[in-house]
Amino acid sequence: MYDFKYQKAASVADAAKVIGADGEAKLVAGGMTLIPTLKQRLAKPSALIDLGGIAELKGIRREGNAIVIGAMTKHVDVANSPEVKSAIPALAELASHIGDPAVRNRGTIGGSIANNDPAADYPSAVVALNATVITNKRKIAADDFFKALFETALGSDEIVTAVSFPIPEKAAYMKFPNPASRYAIVGTFVAKTGGNVRVGVTGAGPCVFRWKEAEAALGKSWNGDALKNLSVKADGLNSDIHASSEYRAHLIGVMARRAVAKAG
Amino acid sequence: MPSVTLTVNGKQATVEVENRTLLVQLLREHLGLTGTHVGCDTSQCGACVVHVDGASVKSCTLLAVQAAGTNVLTIEGLAKGDELHPMQAAFRENHGLQCGFCTPGMVMSAVDLAHRNAHPTEHEIREWLEGNICRCTGYHNIVKAIKAGAEAMAGSR
Repeated sequence: MYDFKYQKAASVADAAKVIGADGEAKLVAGGMTLIPTLKQRLAKPSALIDLGGIAELKGIRREGNAIVIGAMTKHVDVANSPEVKSAIPALAELASHIGDPAVRNRGTIGGSIANNDPAADYPSAVVALNATVITNKRKIAADDFFKALFETALGSDEIVTAVSFPIPEKAAYMKFPNPASRYAIVGTFVAKTGGNVRVGVTGAGPCVFRWKEAEAALGKSWNGDALKNLSVKADGLNSDIHASSEYRAHLIGVMARRAVAKAG
Repeated sequence: MPSVTLTVNGKQATVEVENRTLLVQLLREHLGLTGTHVGCDTSQCGACVVHVDGASVKSCTLLAVQAAGTNVLTIEGLAKGDELHPMQAAFRENHGLQCGFCTPGMVMSAVDLAHRNAHPTEHEIREWLEGNICRCTGYHNIVKAIKAGAEAMAGSR
C-alpha cells in the first residue's frame, strides 16, 4: 500500500470541503472495496477521509411511504432492521447475502452505491425500487445515478448521505453468486410499486441496468411465465472466467423468473 | 507518525503506526499478538478475523487508524488463563482443525455467530462460514465444533 494522509471527518460539510479541494483525496466508508484496492496498489489517493465518525449518516427510519437508510448504515444493520424487514423484506434479504459476515459488519450502503461496482448487489435494488439517492447537494433519481462502470452522477465534492426506498407492494431479489466472493455473477431485483413494475439487473453488464421488456411483460401479468418468451441479448454483457456473456444473458431470465416466484 | 490508542483483550495500548498500517499488522508486529493470522491478503480467507467492538471483522481490511478508540478482541483474549473458551474447547474435542492456520479466524467468527444466534443450525453455520476458508478439514468437523461450542456457550450463560 502506498502511504496517504488520513483524516476522520467531523461532518459531511467537513469531508466535502477536503475532497472538493483535493481531487486525489478519497472518501472511505466501510472500506471493504477501497482497502483491498489500496493493498494491491491499484489506487494511490493523497488522503483518505474517513466518514466513520459521522453519526448523522447512520440509521434507518420510515418516512411516509419510504424507508430512508443513512449512507453509513452497515449491511448487517439493514439485514437485521425490523423496519426494513417488515416494509421491504427483499432489501433486508439482499443485504443479508452481501459478501460474508465480516464484510457485512463493515460495508455500507453509501459506499456500495458510490463505488458502483458492476457486480454489487445494492444498485439493483436502488434501480428496481426507484429509490432516490440523497446527497449533500441534491436528490438524484435512481435512473440518473448509475452512469457506467464504477461511475456515478456524483460530483467531485458530492457525498451520498442517504437512500430513500419507496415501499413496494411486491419485491424480491435473486442472485447467482460467485462461489468465492459472493459478488453477483447475475442478480435480478424485481419490484412492483404503485402498479409499476421495475426490474434491475446487476452483475451482467458493465453497470446496473433495467430490463424494460420484462418490466412491460410483468406489468401486464405478474407471473414468471410472462417472461418465458423473452431473452436478453448477450452483446455488451460481461464475459470472464466465471461466466460468458451468453451464460449471463440466460441467467438474467432465470433469476428474474425465480425472483417473481419468490415475490409471490 | 500517528499514534493510535485502543483496547486489545482488555488492555489499553498506544502504538505509533503509519496511516497505511493495517489492524492485523498493529496486532502482530507492534503488539506481538501473532495468533491472528494473515492468509490470503486479499480479504477473502478470514484467517485474520478479530472482533472490533463486538463484531467480527477482517483485521487485514481495516486500517489501524480506523480502529482508534475501539475495543478489540483477538484469539489470545478468549481463554481465561488455562481454561479454554467453550468454542476453543469444542474445536479441540471435535477435531475442528488440522494444520490450524485458519483456526483463530474460524473460532473468532464462530464466537460472533454464537453471540447473534445461540442455537445455529448446520445450514446457518455453513452460510456463516462463507468468509472463512479452510484447506484441510473439508469443514465437517469445524461445523460440528461450532454447533457444540455454541451450545456450550448458551449453556454457560
